[in-house]
Amino acid sequence: MYKYIIKRVLLAIPTLFGAALLVFFLLRAIPGDVCEIRLAGTGLYADPAEIELCRDKLGLNDPMIVQFWDFVSGYFTWDLGDSMWTGKPITFEIGLRFKLSLQIAIMATLVAIAIAIPLGIISAVKQDTWMDYAVRAFSIAGIAIPSFWLGIIIILGLLIVTQHWFGAPWMPPIDYVSPFEDPLRNMSQLIWPAVATGYRYSAVATRMTRSALLEVLREDYVRTARSKGLMERVIINRHALKNALLPVVTIIAIEFAFLIGGLVVTEQVFNLNGLGKLFVESVGAQDFNLTQQLVMLVVLIFVITNLVVDILYAWLDPRIRYS
Amino acid sequence: MKRFSPKLAAVAVLSCAFGLGVGGPAAAQERGGVLNFVVGSKIPSYDGHRETTFGMIHPIAPFYSLLIRVNPDNPQSATDFVCDLCEGSVPKPTEGGTKYTFKIRSGVKFHDGAPLSSADIKATYDKIIFPPEGVPSARKAFFKMVESVEAPDSTTVVFKLKFPSGAFIPALATPFNFVYSKKDLDAHGYEWHGKNINGSGPFVFVQHQPGSFVEGKRNGNYHHSGQPYLDGFKAISAPKMAIRLNAIRGDRAAIEFRGFPPKARDDLVNALGDKITVQESDWNCVLLSTPNQMREPFDDPRVRQALTLSVDRWAGSKYLSEIAIVKTVGGVVFPNHPLAANKDELTQLAGYWTDLNKSRARATQLLKQAGHSDLKFELNNRGVDQPYKVVGTWLIDQWRQAGLNVTQRVQPTPPFYATLRKKKDFDVSVDFNCQSVINPIADISKFLGSAGNNYGNYQDQVLEDIYNELLQTGDEAGQRTLIRKYEKRALDEMAHLGVTLWWYKINPHRSYVKGWKIAPSHYLNQQLDNVWLDKSLM
Repeated sequence: MYKYIIKRVLLAIPTLFGAALLVFFLLRAIPGDVCEIRLAGTGLYADPAEIELCRDKLGLNDPMIVQFWDFVSGYFTWDLGDSMWTGKPITFEIGLRFKLSLQIAIMATLVAIAIAIPLGIISAVKQDTWMDYAVRAFSIAGIAIPSFWLGIIIILGLLIVTQHWFGAPWMPPIDYVSPFEDPLRNMSQLIWPAVATGYRYSAVATRMTRSALLEVLREDYVRTARSKGLMERVIINRHALKNALLPVVTIIAIEFAFLIGGLVVTEQVFNLNGLGKLFVESVGAQDFNLTQQLVMLVVLIFVITNLVVDILYAWLDPRIRYS
Repeated sequence: MKRFSPKLAAVAVLSCAFGLGVGGPAAAQERGGVLNFVVGSKIPSYDGHRETTFGMIHPIAPFYSLLIRVNPDNPQSATDFVCDLCEGSVPKPTEGGTKYTFKIRSGVKFHDGAPLSSADIKATYDKIIFPPEGVPSARKAFFKMVESVEAPDSTTVVFKLKFPSGAFIPALATPFNFVYSKKDLDAHGYEWHGKNINGSGPFVFVQHQPGSFVEGKRNGNYHHSGQPYLDGFKAISAPKMAIRLNAIRGDRAAIEFRGFPPKARDDLVNALGDKITVQESDWNCVLLSTPNQMREPFDDPRVRQALTLSVDRWAGSKYLSEIAIVKTVGGVVFPNHPLAANKDELTQLAGYWTDLNKSRARATQLLKQAGHSDLKFELNNRGVDQPYKVVGTWLIDQWRQAGLNVTQRVQPTPPFYATLRKKKDFDVSVDFNCQSVINPIADISKFLGSAGNNYGNYQDQVLEDIYNELLQTGDEAGQRTLIRKYEKRALDEMAHLGVTLWWYKINPHRSYVKGWKIAPSHYLNQQLDNVWLDKSLM
């Protein structure tokens, strides 16, 4: 197992290098740069000499190979550079947003699990009954409805309903407060995007739980357990569910990794200062340094998540052994 | 559901126009409270001398003072400048208009406790006007007329000009000219203010969570007696307009200082009635249509004239102002400024005639003469709804009505500017001129082929000569005559650029926000020292 893990970690190096190469050159293939956006994009007088000076200071006039070396060599010195827009260290910019994105990802995952596992089990156990149909309709709706749209509806709904009931419209806070500082305010801001995202996320997991459980329930060992006279609850919880969860764990883990950097639109809808919003802003501002590091962070998260999923597989199904 | 009441909106707007319920008499001003406002752009750095975005001005300007500023109680005036750090009135020039002597207030302190003197003003303006090599200063070109800045004693600053210029005082009042401490500049260098704040403004910096908010608290030692009225402010970053709008509706924020389109104003008034006050103003920003004179047939003035003659600006004003943040028909100078063209003067220019049929017939004739009766081209536009895409679509419709075949290429901001500035691979492009203090002589430099922000790719020595003469002209009547000549050359005879419609600023805000008065620019009047909250309306 250890050998396998080491091998996977070593294999991650060319993956990361390939991603670095790709993101570096793709970004520079897009016309425009941060200095033009910063100095000319406002419509105010823009002195071409100032724009050149800005480029010089940010190293944008350096040869490509020098810029690429600056980017890659940072990993060996743990100096990821500064944001081209704010001039602040990238580790600071990302660190600031990472905790919010992580919290949202955890909350959305909890919402998804809380919905998906019970509904998936009910749907499988009560196959082809009205309950199964209701759960399937609920989950299909979750897949069909984009979470950003649900987010918009939630905000508008809150504004309209609270105005109707209490006379004054209410919406969730739009500036972030840490859960350690003010847990109530933090929850009143983040519960809504967690529900909006968790619902879509749960829809996929519900369907996966249902189909995996249905497959397992038809296995010989389940029939054997039933013939032994075991209670249905014990058969499902102890024997069937654990095996059925393998693909569900994969889905949940991949979605979790996606949520950390991928809540681009939902973060905008709820004005959350997370990595998704930072991603959009850095791309919009042509902040090459920051965009590169954000892409690399997402790649790294996916590499780690895949590794963790593989290890979880072995734990959930002892027959799986990696060599 | 309640429908939008035009009567209600009219009341709200008029209340602003007559100063009712917005500023109020001094006795009514209340102390206390924190003003939450939303900002739709982000902060690059804190250094006003380097930056150009309102994303920096709105949250950071309250921490700083200026030497002079636009009168916060009369920001609609383009010529009413008052002292901020200087004493008394803004001085009149001496020595034939080439010397301005400012007396500096005594007793002013920076937030770190250091006293402010004329040496700080000199150090600040030296950095802005004569920055050492490698130090960015976005507006040093505004001060081409300045020969030197001197501080003969601790309370006097003298600006000596190379020639008299009507552009000097407005340039001095530019809201980006934050006064820095000489001590900070000497001790920490010219980059320090990009990441640190030490001003003498009405509010003291508390914290900045990048991407989230900036927080300030009341400066107890502020030099304008009794001000500021607020205990503090919180500038919340909200890039999406829907969020900013909902934030005001849900009272997460009381105001947004940049501006909303008419529909957003109507939605807010419709939902909240008299809890919303609307302030509206002409806006010192304008979209232009810029033909690329490096490309045929746009190197032919007849073709460019045909483009401007095809556009019905008067009708456009009427209809576009209902859906977009544009309204007023104007020439090269901000409308209603003493140096701007009046309606009679405008209607003499190509593209402003009141007889549209005559105008389009002339356009057709000119295209025929130029051998381009079936002209086809592409309009390059920026992927921003308000007002770029709206105005771009309107322009295309206008040109099509005149028989031209026009398509539109909408690009995100980075490639849009790369097209204008580097690649130059466009036929005609939407372009943008947006300034802060109304400074016509500086603002109209946009129309010069030599200007760094002109994308028409032309040289016109006649226009340059008129402008140079204008720069050296001190009296207003002379300036006005020269600007008309300049306007005629730029918009009519050579039709280098086409002015579309001037922007229109709409600021719906919570009615409990008092004291803030709308200015003709989203960069102006943002120190918030005269803003207060009427708690009876909260």
